[in-house]
Amino acid sequence: MSSCVLAANPYEVERENEYVLRAVEERNVKLIRLWFTDVLGQLKSVAISPAELETAFDEGVHFDGSAIDGFSRIQESDVLAQPDANTFETIPWADGGTTGRMFCNIYAPDGNAFEGDPRHVLKRNIAKAAEAGFGFFAAPEMEFFYFADGEPGHPPQLLDRGSYFDLTTSDVASDLRRQTISVLEAMGIPIEYSFHEDSPSQHEIDLRYTDALTMADQIMTFRLVVRELALERGTFASFMPKPLAGMQGSGMHMHLSLFNEDGNAFHEDGAEYSLSPVARQFMAGLLVHAREISAVTNQLVNSYKRLVRGFEAPVWVSWAQNNRSALIRVPVTKADKPSSTRIEFRSPDPSCNPYLALSVMLAAGLKGIKEGYDLPDELTHNLFDLEEDEIRKLGLEPLPASLSEALDVMEQSELVREALGEHIFEWFLRNKRSEWRDYKTHVSQWELDRYLPSW
Amino acid sequence: MTAETFLLYPDPAPADLVRSLDFGAYNWTAVGSIGDAREAEGDRGWTGAIINTADNPDDAWALCRELRRRDVPVEPLLVLISGSQLDDLETRNDLFDDFMITPFHPRELEARLGHLLWKAGRGVRPEMVEHGSLALNVETYQATIDGRPLDLTFMEYELLKFLASHPGKVFNRETLLNRVWGYDYYGGARTVDVHVRRLRAKLGEEHASLIQTVRSVGYKLGQSRW
Repeated sequence: MSSCVLAANPYEVERENEYVLRAVEERNVKLIRLWFTDVLGQLKSVAISPAELETAFDEGVHFDGSAIDGFSRIQESDVLAQPDANTFETIPWADGGTTGRMFCNIYAPDGNAFEGDPRHVLKRNIAKAAEAGFGFFAAPEMEFFYFADGEPGHPPQLLDRGSYFDLTTSDVASDLRRQTISVLEAMGIPIEYSFHEDSPSQHEIDLRYTDALTMADQIMTFRLVVRELALERGTFASFMPKPLAGMQGSGMHMHLSLFNEDGNAFHEDGAEYSLSPVARQFMAGLLVHAREISAVTNQLVNSYKRLVRGFEAPVWVSWAQNNRSALIRVPVTKADKPSSTRIEFRSPDPSCNPYLALSVMLAAGLKGIKEGYDLPDELTHNLFDLEEDEIRKLGLEPLPASLSEALDVMEQSELVREALGEHIFEWFLRNKRSEWRDYKTHVSQWELDRYLPSW
Repeated sequence: MTAETFLLYPDPAPADLVRSLDFGAYNWTAVGSIGDAREAEGDRGWTGAIINTADNPDDAWALCRELRRRDVPVEPLLVLISGSQLDDLETRNDLFDDFMITPFHPRELEARLGHLLWKAGRGVRPEMVEHGSLALNVETYQATIDGRPLDLTFMEYELLKFLASHPGKVFNRETLLNRVWGYDYYGGARTVDVHVRRLRAKLGEEHASLIQTVRSVGYKLGQSRW
């Protein structure tokens, strides 16, 4: 397991590699996809044959990084992908299970970890947590829509008119969701719950917690599996944060906890909501830096159309035990299960790059622990019932209202700069500024409808 | 006690030794004295012995002598020895079949043990670990349930093999972490839970209960043979 280990034992790595080489042979695998992720969170793949696998383990596979978003500067475009043997799985839906995949670590030509590799960024942040004695665990609630197609020329067509926990036998989408879950489980992604969400055609699948690096890998796999299986059935799955105006958007609430040698570092018997001082400081860190990390956890222009009042999405920087208008919620857990004490960070959406999003969440939380931040008072109002000026009187700050505002706040953040590293920090800001400029200069249907007749 | 069991000395046996034997799915019992060795011996005797002489050479060699001066001597007998103790070997050639200098490379242990067993006319290491409809082929690393192949990652395979090699025995998370992962792992015992869940997911609903949670203790696979 390379995922949480600081320095992997070479003999273990050798054994893991040998294990995969044997599995490829025994299972008659004909193609191996080497997966990695660009800075924007898109999955990329290089395919190799089984004959090339041993060399890929030993030396890595060269490719031109300049074609990958956010990877290389022009003068150093050559990078190396080295597969992580412990992530080997066969892809059940492709070619009768004869295609395998592994996630890769990306290296620069000088042999150092490549600073533009989001997986490396997360590993670096996890190593920092490990230095402080913590393992970082995460479990997301993945929300998404099934639409009739992915054609952007017309508004998305709903597949059903179901609502929350709807159980109709004719529900094609639920059938698809069940099939998706069995494929995910066969690929070692255990599912906690799944159900039909509030909005028509919206679904939610909750993953069981695991260490953050494995979880980021799992989220990448999840998005691909959901989309591929939908396409096989002639439908289209979307993780766009707010595909339909006037309906709830898709979030990716992230349940978080830290474990140390003694167990769950977030748990303390008898404390308020069983939250340890470590948990309270971690929450305080997330709250203090919530605005700075928004551009990473909510990276699209469209993300900010989800973060508006009236749709169960958080708008204000706040926490509460059981209040769906808060940014951080503390889920109620059984008294005899200290391992499940955790917090739920509710702003991220499923379009984010999970490696980078988990990195900044962890960095914010660790900062709170390191500096001993005080947790502000719990939110006791339901913010959905209050007017904006009343909320401001409570001393609460809003999350950024647009991608542009989020980028402004991020640009000033030492925390985000350090967590992402200079290379990705600079590239991300440049890329996203340009996305915002494109959006700003666009004239929308809304404007035409509203202004053309009268002006 | 299953048929093929190696005797290890001392108790607890060196961690790298235990790891290597577990990896090869060899059965073993660690003993701390000659008395322990007699008490723990199964009906079919010891398959062989691996004696570490590094810490307590006098007792270790006394144990070797006891195992070799029987009507049917225990063999093969492999001695682990530190480089500075090599002189001890000179006068004791009858007490061991082979020796290895510590620290050793796990591959060397595998190779020597395989060769010793072959010379002694025994089969090499066990090829299959089976429990009910679950089968693990130690040679090819393949796992099947009801004949259906299971695609497991290396650590999932190792964990399943370990549990299946000791059916019915309850292991706590720390033991599993030490025996299967074998090195410092951040996130600690949580890692074990995570892997058990992944294994259950891959085994499928029908077989998920093969690995049972023993409340406030740990995990076990299936029922004991006893």
